[in-house]
Amino acid sequence: MNEVLIYAVGSLGAIGIVAAIILYFVAQKFKVYEDPRIDEVEEVLPSANCGGCGYAGCRAFAEGLVKAGNMEGFNCPVGGADVMQQVAGILGLVADVTEPMIAVIRCNGSFANSPKKVQYDGISTCASASVLYAGDGGCSFGCLGEGDCVAACDFDAIHMNPETGLPEVNNKCIACGACVEACPRDIIELRNVGKKERRIFVSCVNEEKGAPAKKNCAVACIGCSKCFNVCPFDAIEMKNNRAYIDYEKCKLCRKCVDVCPTNAIHEINFPVRKLIVKEEKEKAKKDTSAAEAKEAVSTKTVVSKNTNEVNKTEES
Amino acid sequence: MQTFKLGGVHPPENKLSAESVIETLAIPKQVIVPVGQQLGAPATPVVNRGDEVKVGQLIAKASGFISANIHSPVSGKVFKIDNVYDASGFRRPSIIINVEGDEWLDTIDRSDDIDAEIKLNQKEIVNKLNEMGIVGLGGATFPSYVKLMIPDGKKVDYLIINGVECEPYLTSDHRLMMEKGEEMLIGATILMKGLNTDKAMVGIENNKPDAIEHLKKLATKYKGISIHPLKVKYPQGGEKQLIKALTGREVPSGKLPLEVGCVVNNVGTAFAVYEAVQKNKPLFERVVTVTGKSIKKPSNFMVRVGTPVKDLIEAANGLPEDTGKIISGGPMMGKAVLNAGIPVVKGTSGILLMPENEAKRAEPNTCIRCGKCVSVCPMGLEPFLISKSAKLAKFDVVEKEMVMDCIECGSCSYTCPSNIPLLDYIRLGKNKVGQIIRNRNQK
Repeated sequence: MNEVLIYAVGSLGAIGIVAAIILYFVAQKFKVYEDPRIDEVEEVLPSANCGGCGYAGCRAFAEGLVKAGNMEGFNCPVGGADVMQQVAGILGLVADVTEPMIAVIRCNGSFANSPKKVQYDGISTCASASVLYAGDGGCSFGCLGEGDCVAACDFDAIHMNPETGLPEVNNKCIACGACVEACPRDIIELRNVGKKERRIFVSCVNEEKGAPAKKNCAVACIGCSKCFNVCPFDAIEMKNNRAYIDYEKCKLCRKCVDVCPTNAIHEINFPVRKLIVKEEKEKAKKDTSAAEAKEAVSTKTVVSKNTNEVNKTEES
Repeated sequence: MQTFKLGGVHPPENKLSAESVIETLAIPKQVIVPVGQQLGAPATPVVNRGDEVKVGQLIAKASGFISANIHSPVSGKVFKIDNVYDASGFRRPSIIINVEGDEWLDTIDRSDDIDAEIKLNQKEIVNKLNEMGIVGLGGATFPSYVKLMIPDGKKVDYLIINGVECEPYLTSDHRLMMEKGEEMLIGATILMKGLNTDKAMVGIENNKPDAIEHLKKLATKYKGISIHPLKVKYPQGGEKQLIKALTGREVPSGKLPLEVGCVVNNVGTAFAVYEAVQKNKPLFERVVTVTGKSIKKPSNFMVRVGTPVKDLIEAANGLPEDTGKIISGGPMMGKAVLNAGIPVVKGTSGILLMPENEAKRAEPNTCIRCGKCVSVCPMGLEPFLISKSAKLAKFDVVEKEMVMDCIECGSCSYTCPSNIPLLDYIRLGKNKVGQIIRNRNQK
C-alpha cells in the first residue's frame, strides 16, 4: 500500500519538475516585454470602458497613450482633467488641457410644442422609427422620443422626461458621445460645459423652410437670421434654414436669445432675467435723484442673487 | 399543383373586392405627383411653377440609371413644387398640379382597339419603356427597362408574369387579368421580344379560377405563353418564390433572378408595357383596390397617379367610423400612412382600411422557442435569432445569419404565437447590416 503511494507521488512529482523546467525555458523564449507604465496608467483610469476617448477600452487607451509618448489628443472624458493630470504624472508629460464637454439635446419638440398627429405602433427604438416615418409631430428632423440615447448611455446621465417626451441630460454626463452616435436624427451635440455651466444653443435641427417648420412645431428655428444679424461676435452660422451657434466664439451675451421670435435659442443656468429688472432700470433712468437710483441697483442685485439660488436648487 | 417548397403561411384571403369591376375614378381638382415614386434616384422636375401641362407630358426626368421618367397624369397648371407627405411617411419633393379640363397629348392613342402587332424591335422596346417611365407595378417600382437590359453572356429562358397576388384583400391584379387579359398578354409578348425569349409563364394562384380560365382561353392565341395555376400560399408573389414554384430553380443568395435565366414582371407592368409600346401612353394611371372589412363598397379603381387617397375612400362610400389604420398596400407588406391626403403613386396597389380592433398590435410576450417562425420563413432563415441579435445590436451575427436575403414578407411576425414584432427587428438589422456592407465596400 505504502509502495503504491510512494510511486504515485514520486512519478507525479517527477513529471511536475520536468514540466516546470520546460515551461521555464519556453516562458523565457516567448517573453513579451510590456511597458509597466501601461498597467500604471490603466490603474488610474476609471475603468468605465465607455469608448469616449476613441479607443476600444481603458486598456487600449493606456496602450495607445504610452506608445504615443505625448498627451496630445488624448483625453479621458470620464476622468476629466484630474485623471489626465495623474496620467501625465506617471508618464512625466504635460497634460493636454481640454475643456469639459456635455451632451446637449437640440430639439424642443415636446408634446406641447409639437402635438402628436399620429400614433407609432412599432418597436420602440429610434433607429426603426426613423426609417418608417417623419415623427409623431410631423417634423422629419425632431426627436422621435423612443429613447435610443437613453439605452446607449452607460453613465445614467440621460433620461426621458415623460411630460415632454424628450430626453434630458444631467450632470453625470461625461461627453463620451455614445448618445450622439445612437441618435439617428443627429439631434444630440457635444458642446462645452461653459463658464459657470452656462450655455446658449439653438434647440432645433430642422432644415425646412420657416412655414412648414413652424407648422409642425411652435419652437422651431425658422431660419429668420435675426440672431445671425444681432450677434456681435460672429458666432452664429446660418445653414440649411437653421442657425448654429459656435460655442468657441460665443461670449454668452444672450442677444440672440432676446431676438429669437420662436424661442428656439435656449440659455441654460443663467440667472433668470425678470421683467422687474428691466422695469427697475427704466425707473432708475426716469428718476433723477441719485439716492433712488442706488436703491434700484441694490434691489436688482438682490433679485439676481435670489434667482441664482433658485437656479442652484433646481440643479441639485 | 405547383407551389414553392420552403415555408409560407395562409392568412385569411378576404378578397372582398374580387367581383367589383374596375371603375374609372373622376379626376381630382388637384394632384400631387411625388418625383421619387420609383426605386432608385428621384426624378428631376423639368416644369416650373405656372407651366401649362397636358396629360402624358414629361414633368420630371429620370436622374440616373436606376430612375424613371414621370409624366403628368392630368392637364392643367403647375401650382408649385414643394415637399409633401407621401406614402413613405416623409415629406418629399412633389409636383402639385391644379387640374383644368382633361387635355391629352396628341401622340397618345386613346382608342380601345386592341393592337396585337408589335412594330418595334428589341432596342426600341427598351428605349420606349425607359421613355414612358414604366416601373414594376407589383410594389417595388423597379424601373422596367433595366430588367430588359440583359448583360452579355446571360440568357433568359423564361419570362415570368406574376399574377399571383398573394397579399390578402388586394384584387387589382385579379381584375386587370379579367378585364384587360388580352392587352396584358400582348404586353407579355412585347416583354418576351424585349428579352429575346420565346417562353413565358403566367403564375396565378388557384383562388382566382375565373382569371385562370379566362387567360387560358386567351393564351391559345399567343405563342409561347402558358398559364400555370398555383396552390394558394403566401408569399408566392415574391419573385424568388414564384420562380421556385414555376421552374423549380432557386435564385442564389444575393443574386438576381437573371442568374437562373428568369425575369419576373407583374401583370400590371405587362399591361403598362402594352399601353406604352402600342398606344404610346406613359405610365400615369393604375388600378388600385380600396378595401377593408367595414368599408361599404370595396372597389377597384383606375386612378390617375397623384390622386389623394381620400378621394378613393370617398368613392368607395366614405371612411368607416371604426377605421384604425389606413394602409397603403396589403395587410402583410403594406405600410400605414400618416394621413388620407397622401397621393396614389405608381407603386400603390391598394388602400386598406383596417378596423380599430384589428389595427392595434398585441402586447409581445417572451419567445417560447416553438420554432414556428423558422418553419414559415420562405427564405429558410431563422427569424427569432436574427431579430434577437438585432435587438442586442450584434450585427455581426445578424449578417452571418443572412439577413440580406430576407424579403420582408412578414410571415414570421404573422405566425408568432407570442406576438413578437420579429420583422421590425429584422428590418432594423437589415438596415444596419446594409450600411455596414456599404461602408466596407467603400473602403
